[in-house]
Amino acid sequence: MPETDATTFDYAMPSLGADMDDGRVLEWHVAPGDTVHRGDLVALVETEKSDIDIEIWHDGIVDEFLVDVGDLVAVGTPIVRLRTLDGEPPPSGTPAPVAEPGAGPDEVEDVVSTVTRAASADAWRPPAATSGGRVPASPLARRRAAELGLDLGELHGSGPGGAVVDADVIAASTRAAVTAPSPATTSPRRSADTMRTMIAERMATANREIPHYHLTRDLDLGSLDAWLTERNAERPIAERILPAACFVRAVAVAAARHPELNGFWSDGRFEPADAVNVAMAISLRRGGLVTPKIERADERSVDEVMSALRELVAAARSGSLRASWMTGATITVTHLGDTGADLVHGVISPPQVALVGFGRTRSMPWVLGDDIVVRPVVTSSLAADHRATDGAIGSRFLATIADLLDQPEQL
Amino acid sequence: MSDTTQTATETATETTVELTYREAMREALHEALADDDRVFIMGEDVADYGGTYAVTKGLHEEFGRDRVRNTPLSESGFVGAGIGAALGGMRPIVEIMTVNFSLLALDQLVNTAATLLHMSGGQLDVPLVVRTTTGAGRQLAAQHSHSLEGWFAHVPGLKVVAPATPADARWMLPTALADPNPVIIFEHTGLYNERGPVDPAAGPADLDRAVVRRAGDHLTIVAWAGMLPKALTAADQLAESGISAEVIDLRSLRPIDLPTLATSVRRTNRALVLDEGWRTGGLNAEVAAAITEACFWTLDAPVARLASLEVPIPYARHLETAAIPQVDDIVTAARSLVGDADA
Repeated sequence: MPETDATTFDYAMPSLGADMDDGRVLEWHVAPGDTVHRGDLVALVETEKSDIDIEIWHDGIVDEFLVDVGDLVAVGTPIVRLRTLDGEPPPSGTPAPVAEPGAGPDEVEDVVSTVTRAASADAWRPPAATSGGRVPASPLARRRAAELGLDLGELHGSGPGGAVVDADVIAASTRAAVTAPSPATTSPRRSADTMRTMIAERMATANREIPHYHLTRDLDLGSLDAWLTERNAERPIAERILPAACFVRAVAVAAARHPELNGFWSDGRFEPADAVNVAMAISLRRGGLVTPKIERADERSVDEVMSALRELVAAARSGSLRASWMTGATITVTHLGDTGADLVHGVISPPQVALVGFGRTRSMPWVLGDDIVVRPVVTSSLAADHRATDGAIGSRFLATIADLLDQPEQL
Repeated sequence: MSDTTQTATETATETTVELTYREAMREALHEALADDDRVFIMGEDVADYGGTYAVTKGLHEEFGRDRVRNTPLSESGFVGAGIGAALGGMRPIVEIMTVNFSLLALDQLVNTAATLLHMSGGQLDVPLVVRTTTGAGRQLAAQHSHSLEGWFAHVPGLKVVAPATPADARWMLPTALADPNPVIIFEHTGLYNERGPVDPAAGPADLDRAVVRRAGDHLTIVAWAGMLPKALTAADQLAESGISAEVIDLRSLRPIDLPTLATSVRRTNRALVLDEGWRTGGLNAEVAAAITEACFWTLDAPVARLASLEVPIPYARHLETAAIPQVDDIVTAARSLVGDADA
């Protein structure tokens, strides 16, 4: 590796999802000498799920590429070396490839004590897990857990020092009496089949690990229809608001009001998220689906949500999703559309704890006051993790959504 | 090269005989002297005395003083003479009494034998064979008991082998003699009395491959020279408690047969490297690093090493025993590696 100094720093292959081990650079969007700023797209990267444009996190000048187009490299591998802009120090926290400072006297003593014939068990005992730190796990266990979609943090480690080893992962997957898909060989090429496998593993894990409960509620969309007709009347087609944006917005507002459903189940407990990032399930024409997120959808207007949604769908279908869209969702919405089925009993995307579904909007007889009238009706559904919440909370959550969609001016 | 050759040397056939490691090596030397006039042996006390470890015993009587030659106590001198003879078309077999004494000949071996082919632009082969002993266990104290084979395994231009079975002691020598490069054969002092099957018709063994001496599923134990019998004994004991250890005999210390190691470790997911040398900077470190590089994503435990204590090998028997890895140490390390609760 070339020498680096205080004026250079490396940008590493980012993790675009908990189960991403490696990525392949398909295309550089920058060239040596280019000045880049935080948020700029620097490369198109192929992952198991899709091709994603990755963003740089720091300002700098591209110095050299550390990998070639076509190289498959592990997450964390430096891929671009950058020079800092004039006079600026390298970004703090950047893992600059410089040598660690020498060990102090105490550490030397520790090292010497292990440098003996006695390959005592301690010598290869992993350090205890620090709070919030990485779970000690062997590379094999880590890889297999990723393949099976299991969360290492939820596994009991039987290896040295409580490390999770392969046998623990296998035990966890067979305990649930589910035959896991055979471990995928590390194929350099990703394909639709790989996406299918990933979805299969993820959904199998969700069904195996998450005790789902399902609630449904029929909603009268008459008010929403009227409201949208009015708002869309004077807009060109490309700027019209679709019901899907209202659904996302309603879910986001409801999630903010019911934080018990907005967050993650990890390490045996629920961790509420500090923002509402709504993932939208988007099916791809070539098969499979992706779930990019709309960040902080609870703080955006319906118009803003709509434009974000347009951007996501276009990017998903053209295979150019940004890395930052693919991780960090706190709740998911799936909308079957008006040609779909009436009702979806969803499967939660772990580690999230809730998924909200909307079926087809259809004309139905509806009791309004003392009359039976024909109204546009959609069935909303909630799939929620019973470890995190109970039906009462889920029920109130669906009621909030119903209320918001019935009085769309609140959106 | 090959599987067939190797299998032949290790598999009992109708003609297989039981030989000690010493007898097997002597038979190899005898054959070399008898078959090729260019071959001669030289070293300290190799003639009338029959060699310090009695490997050349009787050869002097049969082949005469010109072919089995005593030398002065000057390793640098007689190794240099061996290099000269090799350059001149002979096939010298130089015996250095112990690897500790080989340090006096390091200049000849590292600066001359290993480099001449390179520095002559491919014109000068050095078909020299050096036999020397390595290892502890015979109360020979700190100047005769060290395991320095890893130092030579570091040097490009040398081939370094460590026969651990009588069959390899018998059949590595002809391959070494046929090789145009300098080959150093490390014979472990603790192995000379070990008995094992030798097929007199097997033919030359390859010098660059590791061999699985015992198949297993739960971990791979890599050993060479004097550690191999201990590894096999440990594997027997481990089997009694349900741990199935695969034991690989490294055989060739340079080059290291990484494909054989990696194939095994990718299947067992754990590796324990044994070395009678020291741990710091030892050949064990090279083997462990190479395994880690090749097998990282299939490892279920850190690659472990078991080596000698970082002291000059002591004279007193109990201290010497304590300083070098023993069967119990191997069993304990292996159990710990596979996560056996009792370990």
